Amino acid sequence: MNPFQFTRANTTQAAVSAVSKETGAYFLAGGTNLIDLVKREVIIPERLVDINRLPLATIEETASGIRIGAMAKNSAVADHPLIKKHFPLLSMALNAGASAQLRNMATVGGNMMQRTRCPYFYDHSMPCNKRSPVQSGPFKGQLNGPAGCGAIGGVNRMHAIFGTSEKCIAVHPSDMCIALAALDATVNVTGPKGNRSIPFAEFHRLPGDAPQKDNTLLPGELILSVDVPKNEMSKYSHYLKVRDRASYAFALVSVGVAADMKGKTIQDIRLAMGGVAHKPWRLAEAEVYLKGKEATLENFKQAATLAMQGAKGYGENDFKLTLAPNAIIEALQIATQTV
Amino acid sequence: MENENNAGEPESTGASRRAFLKQSSALAAFALTPPAAVHAVERGLDEKVAVAFEQQPLRVEINGVAQQLSVEPRVTLLDLLREQLNLTGTKKGCDHGQCGACTVHVDGQRVNSCLTLALTTEGSKVTTIEGLGSVDKLHPMQEAFIKHDGFQCGYCTPGQIMSAVACINEGHANSPDEVREYMSGNICRCGAYANIVEAIMEVKSKGGRI
Repeated sequence: MNPFQFTRANTTQAAVSAVSKETGAYFLAGGTNLIDLVKREVIIPERLVDINRLPLATIEETASGIRIGAMAKNSAVADHPLIKKHFPLLSMALNAGASAQLRNMATVGGNMMQRTRCPYFYDHSMPCNKRSPVQSGPFKGQLNGPAGCGAIGGVNRMHAIFGTSEKCIAVHPSDMCIALAALDATVNVTGPKGNRSIPFAEFHRLPGDAPQKDNTLLPGELILSVDVPKNEMSKYSHYLKVRDRASYAFALVSVGVAADMKGKTIQDIRLAMGGVAHKPWRLAEAEVYLKGKEATLENFKQAATLAMQGAKGYGENDFKLTLAPNAIIEALQIATQTV
Repeated sequence: MENENNAGEPESTGASRRAFLKQSSALAAFALTPPAAVHAVERGLDEKVAVAFEQQPLRVEINGVAQQLSVEPRVTLLDLLREQLNLTGTKKGCDHGQCGACTVHVDGQRVNSCLTLALTTEGSKVTTIEGLGSVDKLHPMQEAFIKHDGFQCGYCTPGQIMSAVACINEGHANSPDEVREYMSGNICRCGAYANIVEAIMEVKSKGGRI
């Protein structure tokens, strides 16, 4: 690893101040992705600001839902009685990600901030528009590898089919974020200009012309917590993850479902997909279509057709155009217990 | 300053290591004859001085022994254990959090020591395979791995055993399927998985925390 400075922050203000005042300073939470990126020189930091001492790991009930501290470990959230009771979808999604060791390290905030696992992003000899130029330090201004997108026309089996741009077709790798997007979470952040809340759907962004930006955080902003509003959908929830091996692999396609059922009728439903876009992909049209309808295979097929509108394959990932709708149908059947 | 290096307060070590290296190299180039300067660089002298310059104090308990150490920020817990403390039971496999060979316990939780910066373990209790049992008195999980032949080459074994102990203590060893899922972060290229699961299920069947 390249050398860097290390600061241990004892207050959120001190952490924000340390990261704001220095280009090339990064918050260090669980480190499961950041340290890997530093080892691979995808990120060359001047300073890491350790935020593990900040009191941000609480999981508590609020008037309208559950507030999850940004520093709560993935394993602690997945196993927490409040989360299992109210949001089994979130528990399932968390447990579908990474390994038990990594979940003991990884935090909720860090999970949201993790970078794509696109192989071109990690490989300096390959073109990548997301691996942005080095911002500061002795390597300042260096491109950190050539610009362009190696995945378009290259090895793109894992890549996006929705919301791509000609600059980038990478996917967001998180499972947890698919559940949080489906559950209409809100992200509370603090920064140099004070506190604000960001709807989860607006936290991550599509690549467009600026694929180096994964999210809408402003420089120096720190995630404090995530609010998940209570709903009546805990009983009919499922997270279906399709991957190359049975465990410990990123999703080819994943589907998160939470529904409120009355008899066979879907009163309300939330649907989101992973492994298909640069951000958690909410299936709004399919949700509207299914609301008030019976939980039948025919209706699920129609919902999947609606959800797949606008999907585009890039060669090696064309199979996702078939896999994704099938996964939607299967997840709906399992969640609504109509298999 | 104590071990805490508070953000927002003036830094005790102002100059960066690279700035120091630049300065010392310039001085060396100026003061020494070229062959001597070359020798100094070859022997890594200014590198060694710079390393000492950037070290930060670390207090951590490792296998029950309180340690007061000086550590560079970029040193991982894995490298600290192996290179500085000579605890080579913890293995470096992929060094990227993908294989689990480096698994240790920090405050009772299993983690990948290759992705843990040593300085983030300040005030923690670390347990490695060396702290689990001894040659005279093996840990029940170590005995079970031997009994069930839970390894061939043995390289992944320390990580497997540390992970297996945590798997039971977390309450995630209630069936062979659950063990397979919660042990998936430990790769065994010899393919001793079936025997590893048997070893864990046997220890689990005896009940209690281990």
